[in-house]
Amino acid sequence: MTEQLIDPTTNTFNEVTPHVSELRRIIRVMASRKVVIVGVVIIVIMILVAIFAPLLAPYDPYKTNLRETLQPASSKHLLGTDSLGRDTLSRVIYGSRTSLMVGIVSIFIASSIGMFLGLTAAYYGRIYGAVVMRLIDALMAFPMILLALVIAALLGGGITNVIIAIGISLTTIYARLMHGQVLSVKENDYVTASRSMGSSNTLIMFRHVFPNCLPPMIVLITMQLGSAILAEAGLSFLGIGIAPPGASWGSMVNDGYKFLLDLPILSFAPGIAIMLIVFAFNMVGDGLRDALDPRLRGTI
Amino acid sequence: MTTYVLRRCVQAVLVLILITFLVFLVIRLLPGDPILIYLSSQDIQTLTAEQIDAARAQFGLDKPLVMQYFRWIGDLFHNDLGVSIFYNQKVSKLIGERLPVTLSLGILAFLVSNVFGIIAGSISALRRGKWIDTVVTVIANFGITVPSFWMGILLIYFFGLKLDWFPRFGYVPPGTDFMGFLHHAVLPVACLAIFPLASTTRQTRSSILEVARQDYIRTAWAKGLRERVIVMKHMLKNGLIPVVTLSGIGLSFILGGSVLIETVFNIPGMGRLEVEAIQSQDYSIVQAVTLFIAVVVVLVNLLVDITYGLLDPRIRYG
Repeated sequence: MTEQLIDPTTNTFNEVTPHVSELRRIIRVMASRKVVIVGVVIIVIMILVAIFAPLLAPYDPYKTNLRETLQPASSKHLLGTDSLGRDTLSRVIYGSRTSLMVGIVSIFIASSIGMFLGLTAAYYGRIYGAVVMRLIDALMAFPMILLALVIAALLGGGITNVIIAIGISLTTIYARLMHGQVLSVKENDYVTASRSMGSSNTLIMFRHVFPNCLPPMIVLITMQLGSAILAEAGLSFLGIGIAPPGASWGSMVNDGYKFLLDLPILSFAPGIAIMLIVFAFNMVGDGLRDALDPRLRGTI
Repeated sequence: MTTYVLRRCVQAVLVLILITFLVFLVIRLLPGDPILIYLSSQDIQTLTAEQIDAARAQFGLDKPLVMQYFRWIGDLFHNDLGVSIFYNQKVSKLIGERLPVTLSLGILAFLVSNVFGIIAGSISALRRGKWIDTVVTVIANFGITVPSFWMGILLIYFFGLKLDWFPRFGYVPPGTDFMGFLHHAVLPVACLAIFPLASTTRQTRSSILEVARQDYIRTAWAKGLRERVIVMKHMLKNGLIPVVTLSGIGLSFILGGSVLIETVFNIPGMGRLEVEAIQSQDYSIVQAVTLFIAVVVVLVNLLVDITYGLLDPRIRYG
């Protein structure tokens, strides 16, 4: 009876549970597309691989073996070995940890700061709002990868600084989208109603405005996970990101590039891993967008 | 229209000022002594404290930060971007040499991504559900997924090493040998363009599909107009508005991507210069190149916004 809003016998409102049915609808819409299911499966597998890396990797990914350098694929080393004799498969498996961690943490930073700035700038407006949004405009003028590269390099490289750099570089897009959302949401009657009841600004912002701006944010977060992983791979490829001997797919592509003619697998394997995870996040993001708010098609 | 253009210009100038501020502050406030911008870390180890202080005074680093900023801005307007520690050359000269390389490849990639993106996206939308739509969608999804630098390596392997169709690295200026330029440009331009091309395709497809549902399109069909007229005059004209906005972001991606692609293909452009400068801690170059690219992005976006206003009166008066 969750569908029926008013109980005809007592003429009072039934307790409805819109969240459950809404969640069911979202899952149904998403599950109707095979490519979304493929994406979800890839993400789940990648997360499991990252968690159980020590159990899955056939060798220690950091252990060099100078007697077995640059081996082609064989039954002993399924994806061969690199110039220091490290097992490529083990390094690809461990690389999932770097990619997922950088992706998730940097998007957490970017989305929290960005949403907070966009929310407050649009809600309070005036000079504060104008200053924040012009700063966001200015930051957006720097190509994302360039900004991340410069910040990471100036901070000194390494995984923490890469996370911070990517986090800052991706903040702007959340602030922009949130700002636009809040501007339209705050005109709603329920906001006026809450204000007339004497609610504080903080309460209105976080209790009423923020939750109603969330759906496009969730879509953006999912899609940007792929961008963050791509950015990490790019920085590591340039040698600014993850310091050796850490396993990062981007730096593995770069290491393998030197031996492209004889052992293309050294570059190809980590690249395919990057593509798989980015593809998965993009497809799930597409599916979420269609399920949550089809009007966003094309804008995100 | 004049008010709209003026308003956008004022905004752009404001953003440009903020950009100079950000570039200045980021380099000055981050860890490390700002004198590193003018002297290499090796010099600092060999020089005496008095000599370093003298250098500090010479470059105005003993003045308050605000004064330093205005001095730096003044230098910028006199085309003085500082001296590279690594190359021992004027940064403006280095940029002058590298800029045409990045711009020629960038403009080519920009054209490729917009022209082919719009064509592919329109065909895909107009033939929705047919095999061609599936092919375009799959390729577009590949394009937004593939790391551009890795695609470069794939292309070098297959088309450079195995098939030997295209050169594996390097750059030939279009002025000296145009065919040679194109021959060298094919692989890097493909990598620079892949992401913007794919997103333009996706954007065009969804926005044409959106437009096709509108009442005025049904009216146009009902009037018995030919398909070509409906597509060119009614669908594209309206459907391409969001695509124009995206093209500004596309250029930003191409310029950012040049950092990676010029490294892969060993092309002596701004991107390679930036990466080398970062690796050798040549901060005056990092500062200048970063600023330069941001300024280009702002100016192109200003142009895009003005075009957008011309195309869509709703924006002008909004």
